[in-house]
Amino acid sequence: MNELAAVIPWLGTHKPRAARWVVIVLMITAPLIAAFFGRTWMRVLDFALLYVMLALGLNLVVGFAGLLDLGYIAFYAVGAYTWAFLASPHFGLHLPFWIVLPAGAAFAALAGLILGTPVLRLRGDYLAIVTLGFGEIVRIFMNNLNYPVNITNGPQGINALDPIIIFGWDISRNWQVTDNLSVNSLFFYYYAFLACVIGSVIFIQRMQVSRMGRAWAAIRDDDLAAKAIGINVRNVKLLAFSLGATFGGVAGGLFGAFQGFVSPESFSLMESIMVLAMVVFGGMGNLGGVIVGALILSFLPEVLRHHAVPLQQAVFGTVILDPEVLRLLIYALALILMMALRPAGLIPAHSRYSRPELLKAEPVPAEGRA
Amino acid sequence: MIRLLEARGIAKRFGGVQALSDVSLSINKGEIYGLIGPNGAGKTTFFNVLTGAYVADQGEFIFAGAELPRGKPHEVVARGIARTFQNIRLFRDMTALENVMAGHHIRMKANVWGILTQNRATREEERLATLRAYELLKYVGIERYADTISKNLSYGDQRRLEIARALATEPQLLALDEPAAGMNATETGQLRTLIETIRNDGVTVLLIEHDVKLVMGLCDRVAVLDFGKKIAEDVPAVVQRDTAVIEAYLGGAHHAH
Repeated sequence: MNELAAVIPWLGTHKPRAARWVVIVLMITAPLIAAFFGRTWMRVLDFALLYVMLALGLNLVVGFAGLLDLGYIAFYAVGAYTWAFLASPHFGLHLPFWIVLPAGAAFAALAGLILGTPVLRLRGDYLAIVTLGFGEIVRIFMNNLNYPVNITNGPQGINALDPIIIFGWDISRNWQVTDNLSVNSLFFYYYAFLACVIGSVIFIQRMQVSRMGRAWAAIRDDDLAAKAIGINVRNVKLLAFSLGATFGGVAGGLFGAFQGFVSPESFSLMESIMVLAMVVFGGMGNLGGVIVGALILSFLPEVLRHHAVPLQQAVFGTVILDPEVLRLLIYALALILMMALRPAGLIPAHSRYSRPELLKAEPVPAEGRA
Repeated sequence: MIRLLEARGIAKRFGGVQALSDVSLSINKGEIYGLIGPNGAGKTTFFNVLTGAYVADQGEFIFAGAELPRGKPHEVVARGIARTFQNIRLFRDMTALENVMAGHHIRMKANVWGILTQNRATREEERLATLRAYELLKYVGIERYADTISKNLSYGDQRRLEIARALATEPQLLALDEPAAGMNATETGQLRTLIETIRNDGVTVLLIEHDVKLVMGLCDRVAVLDFGKKIAEDVPAVVQRDTAVIEAYLGGAHHAH
């Protein structure tokens, strides 16, 4: 949260407390503001939070450990399909979310391990190419595993996924308070996703300022020197890879539940690149930057989708650029401008891997220590 | 004299080049041992084989009574050998303090679960590691730059930081690869004091160096490599007068001294 607060221009640096309050208030009221513009925007907001989670997970791999992963969306797919297998009429299983979601995370982590073990010897461009291939392989598997035994239902995808049900409360239902006042389920999803995002941020922050976070930064900065100080490079890379995958898996499960439908086309290479763009755009390795990057790049295309067509019709009389084309154009432009103007990302603040204030800290009381 | 490291018949070939052939030497506990030789003599290769960066074609290292693992740098460090590099290799985007803390990684135990829950053991370990890293910065004399990103440090301070990071792994043997390269006379003098302090605090030092004055003044014993072979090993005063050594350094034309 402090990272986010620091992002706000002027206020963040001059009045950090006020900035923090602005962030908190914005986090809580965001769906209300979105609701003011219409239901579509609430959906966009919910999706934006999923992208924030994905970007946070990918940032752990790319930003912290410096492993360029172009197939990250495959882990998202693993999470989503796990939800589809374990909580939908497809196999007739309807397990509760507190089993399905961790299962999705675990399968994604396992996929990360399986992919990582042979592949993490590679570096830089080579790693990028192999992970790219892996991402496509997962998607093609999902597309074709409907014959001879129907597992994934092929390109049609799987329908009618169970929603998230917390203690018997189905958060996908609107809550009818009175006859003419109802609270839309999109609110509930927003807060559920927000809780996951906050949990992720806390987790990642703790990892960052720990021996693991420092080991990741070490292998990112200098692989050889990391070995020379005794870091088991392979294990530490694997950990980064599978932890990153875990976040992808959780986000995927939430996506499946939220959308109620999964199909292979949601997990194309373009999605991987989009998440990577969010990380790079926001500022690799910087949590606040990554969150802002993910939010901006998930809202921008939607804004275009809604305003580009009417605007073009008004100005030119016809639609010259399809919003989808425009989206790619904007992404490319954003990245090129970024490279030219702010190569370290939107918010290139320095990342911390230690807490120097510990130098003055009291010893942690030893009672109850094993 | 307790023998700390013994190299037995180390050989390493790169394609057509025999970088090391049958090199045997032994380093005693508590001494400063110099490894010198002309460019391309195989000094750095010896370092790389010793620290596990390369695997030797032949031979073995006995360290503190047991054979060192081959080609596993992290296990070699765990056994108690730390190294620095000829061309400084710091973690450039981390602060000086964080660099040293990273060096302490191998002596820390926190796992993912401990970090996630921030249990007492993890918090206390992190606190002690921070303190220790700061102490090491003080030891090499750059504690005022604890919060500086390491790539912004001056050249001499980067060298010191690299030594502090190596010391953070709690080595018995510290292997320094040309630590005085690119230093001026004052900095070299300070470095010399630092190396002596390190030795006096109980760490054995293996030193590769081009600065013959530094080596001769500092080392207890010196080995000389030439074309991958050990041509001399003795106290500096003897090595300095060795005809084979003089020939290696000044070329074959210098037969009649």
